[in-house]
Amino acid sequence: MKTNTKLPKPVLLEVKNLKKHFQISTFNKGKQMVNALNGISFLLHEGETLGLVGESGCGKSTAARAILRLVEPTSGGIFYKNQNLINMKQNQLRPLRKNIQIIFQDPLASLNPRKRIRNILAEPFDIHGIINVKEKAERIIWLLEKVGLSSDQLDKYPHEFSGGQLQRIGIARAIALNPSLIIADEPVSALDVSIRAQIINLLLDLKESMQISYLFISHDMTVVRHFCDRVAVMYLGKIVEIADSNSLYKNPRHPYTEALLAAIPSMDPEAKKQGLKIIGDLPSATDIPKGCSFYSRCPIREKRCVQSMPQLKEINSGHQVSCFLRE
Amino acid sequence: MPKQELLVRNLKVSFSTSEKELIAVRGISYQLNQGETLALVGESGCGKTVSALSILRLIEEPPGKIISGEILFDDKDLLKLTKKELQGHRGKDIAMVFQNPMTSMNPVLTIGEQIIETLLRHTPLSRKEAKEKSLKLLEQVEISSPKEKLDQYPHQLSGGMRQRAMIAMALACSPRILIADEPTTALDVLIQAQILDLLKKIKKETQMSILLITHDLGVVAEIAKRVMVMYAGEIVETGLVRDLFRSPLHPYTIGLMKSIPALKSTKKINSKLNEIPGAVPSLSQIPSGCPFHPRCPSVENRCKTEKPKLKQIADDYFVSCWLHE
Repeated sequence: MKTNTKLPKPVLLEVKNLKKHFQISTFNKGKQMVNALNGISFLLHEGETLGLVGESGCGKSTAARAILRLVEPTSGGIFYKNQNLINMKQNQLRPLRKNIQIIFQDPLASLNPRKRIRNILAEPFDIHGIINVKEKAERIIWLLEKVGLSSDQLDKYPHEFSGGQLQRIGIARAIALNPSLIIADEPVSALDVSIRAQIINLLLDLKESMQISYLFISHDMTVVRHFCDRVAVMYLGKIVEIADSNSLYKNPRHPYTEALLAAIPSMDPEAKKQGLKIIGDLPSATDIPKGCSFYSRCPIREKRCVQSMPQLKEINSGHQVSCFLRE
Repeated sequence: MPKQELLVRNLKVSFSTSEKELIAVRGISYQLNQGETLALVGESGCGKTVSALSILRLIEEPPGKIISGEILFDDKDLLKLTKKELQGHRGKDIAMVFQNPMTSMNPVLTIGEQIIETLLRHTPLSRKEAKEKSLKLLEQVEISSPKEKLDQYPHQLSGGMRQRAMIAMALACSPRILIADEPTTALDVLIQAQILDLLKKIKKETQMSILLITHDLGVVAEIAKRVMVMYAGEIVETGLVRDLFRSPLHPYTIGLMKSIPALKSTKKINSKLNEIPGAVPSLSQIPSGCPFHPRCPSVENRCKTEKPKLKQIADDYFVSCWLHE
C-alpha cells in the first residue's frame, strides 16, 4: 500500500469528540434522549478513503450528516483544513460546501423528480454562481460523460433512469464543483451486484483523476475492505476500532469487529465457519448500557467490562481499539 | 435417487400493463427434492420472486397471469386447483417466509394470535393446545423470553426477532416445503448469520425442503445444496452449489462472481473490480437471441440471433450458452 511507506499526508478533515443527541417523545415513557453519536473522533488525510462501518442504528449516517451540519451536532469539533465548521454561520459555511459533497444511498429519493437532468446538474453552478451560461452547458456535458452517461440523456427526468444510472447522476452532481472530500453514505447498498462493481470502479476513477478523498459509509464489510485505505468500526454511537484496512481485516482486535467479519457469508461453499459468534440484538440507543456498550452481546466479556467504558487505545501503529481485554 | 417433492414445468408468468403484456418468467422448469435446500439466485427483476410466488398462486391476478406450466405437488397440479383446495395447502404443506416481516404480519394481532390462527385453521388442535404449541414454536426458533413475545405485537420486536417469529409461523403446521423469499436481505449481517444458522438447524430437525430466493451468492454458498441462476426470466445455469461455485460456466454467473470483492482476496486495496457492462434488460426490451448477449464478454454472432437452450453437460448440471454446446 502506498500510504504506509510515505510520510503521512496533510489532514483534510478532523472530527473531534462529535456528539449528536436527539430528543424524542414517546407515548409511555415521556421525553427520552437518543444518543446517536456518543463522541467520535477521527482524522481523514488528503487522498485517503476512510470507511465507517457498523450495523443499522450505530450512528454512521448521523455522523455523515452531522459533519456536513445537515443535522446540527450537539457538541464537538469538525475541522476542515483547520477551519472549525461547528460554529460557522450558514453564510460562512456555504462557500465551504463546494469542497465537501455528499452522495446518498437512494439515488431516486435524492434527485428532484420534477427536474430534468440538465437542471439538476446546473444547480450546483447556479447556487455557487461561478461560471457563465456557455461554460456551464459545456461543464454539464463534461460531467455527464465523466460519470459514463451520454449527453443525449440531458433532457430526461430521474424516473427514466435505472438505479445505477441515477447513482451516476448523483455522483456527477457531487463532483460538479471539484470537491476535495465526498461523503458517500451507502452509495452502492441499493444497487444490484453487477451494477455495484461499476459504481465502485467509477468512484475509484474519480479518486485518481480528481484527487478526491472519501468518507465511505457502509454496512458491507467486503466492499469496504476493497475500497478503503483505513476503516473505523462503529457500535452504538462510538468508534470501537480504527485501523489500516489490511491490519483490521487480517487482525481484528475488538470482539465486535471479529464477529462482524465472521458473520459474512463465505463465497466458498466448503469453508467452515469460524470466529466469534455473538448473540442478541443491538440495544436501543435510548438505553445504552453502562460500562462497555458492547457488554450485552460480547462473547468474551468479564466483570470489569460492566464497570467502566473502555477508551480507544493504540495497540499498534495506527491501530486503535476500545476493549479492556484486547488492548 | 432423491425423492421429488415439487416439480415445476415450463412456468410462464406475465404482467399486463396499459400498453402491453410483459413476460416476467419465460418458461422455467425445475424440481425440488425432499430434504434439500435449493436456491434461486438473480438480480432484481430477473423473475425469481414472481416464480416463487406463483407456486402458491400468490401473484395478484390481474395484472399478473400464469400463462402456462404445471406445478406438481403430490401428483396434483397446483395451478389447476380451486381456490379452496389451494388454501388447504397454503401454510400447511407449503409455507412461506417473506423478506419484510413487518409488512407480512398483521400489525393488530399479537404474535401468539397469528400463530394460533394458522394452527386452528389447519390442525385439529384446541385453542389451548394451539397456544401451547405456539410457545414451543417460539422456543424452536430460539426467541428470547418466548412467553412474553407471544403477547407482543410485531412492532414491539426487533427485525431479527420478527423474522424468527415469522419462521415460527411458517413452521406451525410442519410444512413439507418452506419457500423463503430473501429472508435475510433486510437484516444486518450479524442477525443474518443467526437466521441462516436457524434455517440450517430447522432443516436438520424437520427434514423439510427449502426453496430459497436470494440475490446474495454468499447466502447461497452458506446454506444451499443446489442453485439455479436466473437472468431475464430464465434459468441460465443450474447445478450443485459445490460445482457451480468452483467453476461457473455461464458468462453471467462468471461475471457475477468476479464482481463481488472477496473478503480474503489478495487483490490490492483500491484495485478495479471486474464489472459486467450495461444493465439488466427491462422486460419490455428483452434482447433477441441469448438475452445476455449485449453484456457478454464472449459474445459470438450466433448469440445475437439464436437462443441457446438449457442443456445438460454433466450429472445434475445444466447451462444455456452457445459456448457450452
